[in-house]
Amino acid sequence: MAVLDSKIPQGPLDEKWVYHKNHINLVNPANKRNIDVIVVGTGLAGSSAAATLGELGYNVKTFCYNDSPRRAHSIAAQGGINAAKNYQGDGDSNYRLFYDTIKGGDYRSREANVHRLAEVSSNIIDQCVAQGVPFAREYGGLLDNRSFGGVLVSRTFYAAGQTGQQLLLGAYSALNRQINRGKVQPFNRHEMLDLVVVDGKARGIIARNLVTGEIERHGAHAVVIASGGYGNVFFLSTNAMGSNVMAAWRTHRRGAYFANPCYTQIHPTCIPVSGEHQSKLTLMSESLRNDGRIWVPKKKEDAEAIRAGKKRGVDLAEEDRDYYLERRYPAFGNLVPRDVASRAAKERCDAGYGVNKTGQAVYLDFEAAFKRYGKVEALTHGHKNATEAEMIKLGKEVIKKKYGNLFDMYQNISDDNPYEVPMKIFPAVHYTMGGLWVDYNLQTTIPGCFAAGEANFSDHGANRLGASALMQGLADGYFVLPYTIGDYLADEIRTGEIPTDTPEFDQTEKETRERIEKLLNGSGKHSVDYYHKKLGLIMWDKCGMSRNATDLQSAMDEIRDLREDFWANVRVTGTADTKNQELEKAGRVADFLELGELFAKDALDRNESCGGHFREEYQTPEGEALRDDENYAYVSAWEYNENPRDAKLHKEELVFENVELKTRSYK
Amino acid sequence: MKLNLKIWRQEGPNVKGKLVDYPLDGVDGDMSFLEMMDILNEELINKGDIPVEFDHDCREGICGSCNMMINGEPHGPQKLTTTCQLHMRKFNDGDTITIEPFRAKAFPVVKDLIVDRSAFDRIQQAGGYISVNTSGNTQDANSIPIEKEKADEAFWSATCIGCGACVAACKNASAMLFTSAKISQFALLPQGEIEATDRVEAMVRQMDEEGFGNCSNTGACMVECPKGIKLDNIARMNREYLKAETIA
Repeated sequence: MAVLDSKIPQGPLDEKWVYHKNHINLVNPANKRNIDVIVVGTGLAGSSAAATLGELGYNVKTFCYNDSPRRAHSIAAQGGINAAKNYQGDGDSNYRLFYDTIKGGDYRSREANVHRLAEVSSNIIDQCVAQGVPFAREYGGLLDNRSFGGVLVSRTFYAAGQTGQQLLLGAYSALNRQINRGKVQPFNRHEMLDLVVVDGKARGIIARNLVTGEIERHGAHAVVIASGGYGNVFFLSTNAMGSNVMAAWRTHRRGAYFANPCYTQIHPTCIPVSGEHQSKLTLMSESLRNDGRIWVPKKKEDAEAIRAGKKRGVDLAEEDRDYYLERRYPAFGNLVPRDVASRAAKERCDAGYGVNKTGQAVYLDFEAAFKRYGKVEALTHGHKNATEAEMIKLGKEVIKKKYGNLFDMYQNISDDNPYEVPMKIFPAVHYTMGGLWVDYNLQTTIPGCFAAGEANFSDHGANRLGASALMQGLADGYFVLPYTIGDYLADEIRTGEIPTDTPEFDQTEKETRERIEKLLNGSGKHSVDYYHKKLGLIMWDKCGMSRNATDLQSAMDEIRDLREDFWANVRVTGTADTKNQELEKAGRVADFLELGELFAKDALDRNESCGGHFREEYQTPEGEALRDDENYAYVSAWEYNENPRDAKLHKEELVFENVELKTRSYK
Repeated sequence: MKLNLKIWRQEGPNVKGKLVDYPLDGVDGDMSFLEMMDILNEELINKGDIPVEFDHDCREGICGSCNMMINGEPHGPQKLTTTCQLHMRKFNDGDTITIEPFRAKAFPVVKDLIVDRSAFDRIQQAGGYISVNTSGNTQDANSIPIEKEKADEAFWSATCIGCGACVAACKNASAMLFTSAKISQFALLPQGEIEATDRVEAMVRQMDEEGFGNCSNTGACMVECPKGIKLDNIARMNREYLKAETIA
């Protein structure tokens, strides 16, 4: 395939989706009963898609590596979900949600997709409330909203700090209803190992039963990949330990293009790495930046003394602190978007001002908030002559009510009391905006193979705004895919059941088995984690928050060498015919070792800085990102070609008819 | 610090298991309990032994995957804490720590510390949902106001992570805390109330069929629950059940 056809419908922006729904093909309910669909991954996007497809009448099989769909990593999302309901009457609209998302993504996403996302966002809230999702409410009984970074309206719906959990459990309950009705057949503790393509169309998958080790064949008229993102290519990230790229990557190997692999969101407020043993990173909600001030010492000798344990940050005088975000970005201060805040923290730490043992942390300080809230509390309760200590005590109680659970979590992990000393934070890999390339119907370049949620590339451009991941997952699953998949399946009503005893299934299964055997037959020098950690270090040092051509080129070489070493020398214990977590991990790390190289190649191709992709060669004299709209306003879609470095670039030019491309400025 | 671990090893559901001693050195207080298990496994792999299998995923205390009996307590000694959020600074140099799977008839051992909790899914599938089409044509979310206290209570019931600690802590291996939390969430919301009768009957029936025991009001489930799910839910479930039986 030489030309990428995005299939964006005709007409004005706000009529495209309606027009499209009115003109795509439908499948008659009697025929839906004869059509099988496989959904790989059962997080927000997968569960909602599978439930809705079952509801519509298709026969659905779901695949999930966990023991239950309820454990998908969508469950860990904290902050909320955006929807342009305008319940607050503060001027929100579909257009504003669309505009904020396009701008937040640094003008690297597709207008039509993003507008559709904004349009269906309201339906998501209605749907979830009808399903019994207990969103936060006001005393009048109506839904509550809060505001989030990068926008000027309150459009974020939430359920305490556990919004992802409640939305996932909602989708999981919808899924359970279809399982009970017999329309969805769940395959938990199963992993998709390959896609089966017959005559150019996706016709099923090869899966492994993770308990028995059995290799299974499953045929279907269409396959939906909803397997999440690939942030674990960095080893350390906020992703769940098992989150992997396998389903998407194996699909890529079978011909689906992989888009924008280098777009990674680094979240600025994570708990810093504490030592060599660290297995993953924990996020502190972005909402903390509403009240916390971020700083490092002004003088290098103070930073050194703090790192050596000879001084404490809390004792540093006000004039010796550098509130660098407030200094650099007076208009937005501590509330600049995630990519900007992350880079600024890295810049200070690289310059030698970091405040923990490793020099990789900055302070998030609530002292000013304690005083500010405490003063108001004291005055409103008649303590006109309260001392500063009394006011601080009162202020701490206010903060406890707002963020108590986050403060407890921080103390539990770091063993520091954030009411007494400032928190230490550092940026960490959080979300990947790249993924399988899809057209407006969410179909990959393999007919019959679709991708939804974080597994596709479509809606966030080069940077994702907070509270938008949950929105996209549910929009794709509940309201987009169930329509668009029908357009493809309408031509499949005469196909009949997909047989799995064909040469294509034989061949794909054979290759899968050979791959497993090869993994088990390494020389046995090093564990799987040894390779994963090495890869993670290369990725973080050379493809992380900022990149340059020299480093990216050497990253490509190092990853290739590491991959060769992995296949020759990895030690995978146990056998293939039983539960074997080392074997599971090995298969996933093998994919990360390919994806990592493509990631670096993609970053090397993009000679500009945008969103989560910062190239050191392309910045303003003040160190801000320098985009190049003339040459890089495209989606890079990579075609697999045996070796990641030989992947072939296809460009989908992005057309902006409704928004003007501007430089993002937060000064 | 130096530890003496006693870990349950069992190759499969039909193989006899046993506690095996693993001395472990170089454990840092900042490690989470699961990171301590990671370094043990790394050591085992380097020696050519088979690592210990255990369920874990988010390591942020929310997915409900991790499930170990640590010195006889589900998720270990720290209250309101999952195993992944338990840190080694809670232990002392030279400690002996016994690590076993959650034990219950309805949770058969899969391998080592991994048990099969799919009975929980089947209880949910029996009726733990609201029968609404995913059509995109549902009524506006604000058309039915819900009292804040009730919405909050429904939320607190809904925060159950389905880890199974309640079952493991209960001398009867009862799943009532889990089941009642789900029943409570829906019974408290107007959207779920209409089906409340069928729901409570179906879910309780399924719970019994799975082989979970009955509740004898000991309260160990609440004490060990990492999310603080309250016994009130069981009371509410019993009320809902009685109501359903009376109507029938």
